[in-house]
Amino acid sequence: MKILYFSWIKDGIGKSQEDITLNENIKNISDLIDFLITINDDYKKIFSDLSSIKFSKNMNIVDINEKIKNEDEIAFFPPMTGG
Amino acid sequence: MIKVQSEDFSVEKETKILLNKNNNVGAISSFIGIVRNKAKEKDLISMTLDHYPGMTEKMLQKIEDEALSRWKLLDSLIIHRYGELFPGENIVLVITLSKHRKDAINSCHFLIDWLKTKGPFWKFEKTKSSGHWVEALDSDNLEELKWNN
Repeated sequence: MKILYFSWIKDGIGKSQEDITLNENIKNISDLIDFLITINDDYKKIFSDLSSIKFSKNMNIVDINEKIKNEDEIAFFPPMTGG
Repeated sequence: MIKVQSEDFSVEKETKILLNKNNNVGAISSFIGIVRNKAKEKDLISMTLDHYPGMTEKMLQKIEDEALSRWKLLDSLIIHRYGELFPGENIVLVITLSKHRKDAINSCHFLIDWLKTKGPFWKFEKTKSSGHWVEALDSDNLEELKWNN
C-alpha cells in the first residue's frame, strides 16, 4: 500500500511517502493508524491527536472507518488551506 | 477549465482567451489571490504551497462542476499555483463568465470559498526568524458552509 503524508505530518514523520504491506488485521484506516504508531515515537506523536488530521483513499476524502486494501493509495493531511 | 501550475498567470490574457472563446458574454467576474507580505505581524520571506498531485486536479474539477451546476455560466477558469511564491505574487485566479452579473459574481465567490477548504493545498510561511504551516481558519469553514444553505 502506498501512503502519502503532507504538511506538518510529513515533517513530523520525516518522509512524504512510503510503501507498506498490510497484514490481515488491518481492515480500515483506524487499524492502519494503530499499526503506524507502533513504528516509532514520531508516528505516535503525530497521530496522538486525530482531530486535525484528514484521510483520503484513492484521492477521495474518507472517514476513519473506511475499509482499505493493499492496492489503495492512502494519504494523511491536515485541513486544506487552498486559495 | 482548471490549471494547476507553478508558473505565473496573467488575468488580462486569460480573460481575453475566454472572451474570444464564448459568445454573448454579458458579465465577467474574477478573483486573484495574492501572497501577503506579513505572516502574523512578521515580514514574510516566502510562502510555499504544497499540494497532492492528482487529487488537486480531481478536487478542483469537482468544485468547478459544482459551480457549473448551480449557476448559469458560459465558462469558468480556475488557475492555482504551487511551489515557493514571494510577497506580491499571484496564488490563484478564478474567472467566471455569464450572460447576467449575478451568476458570474456569485459563482466566483463560491469557487474561491470552496477552494479555501476543499483544495488540497497546504501553505508554509517562511519569515526571517522561523517557518510554520498555515492552519485552516474556522472563518473559512463558515464561509464554505454558508453555500450549503
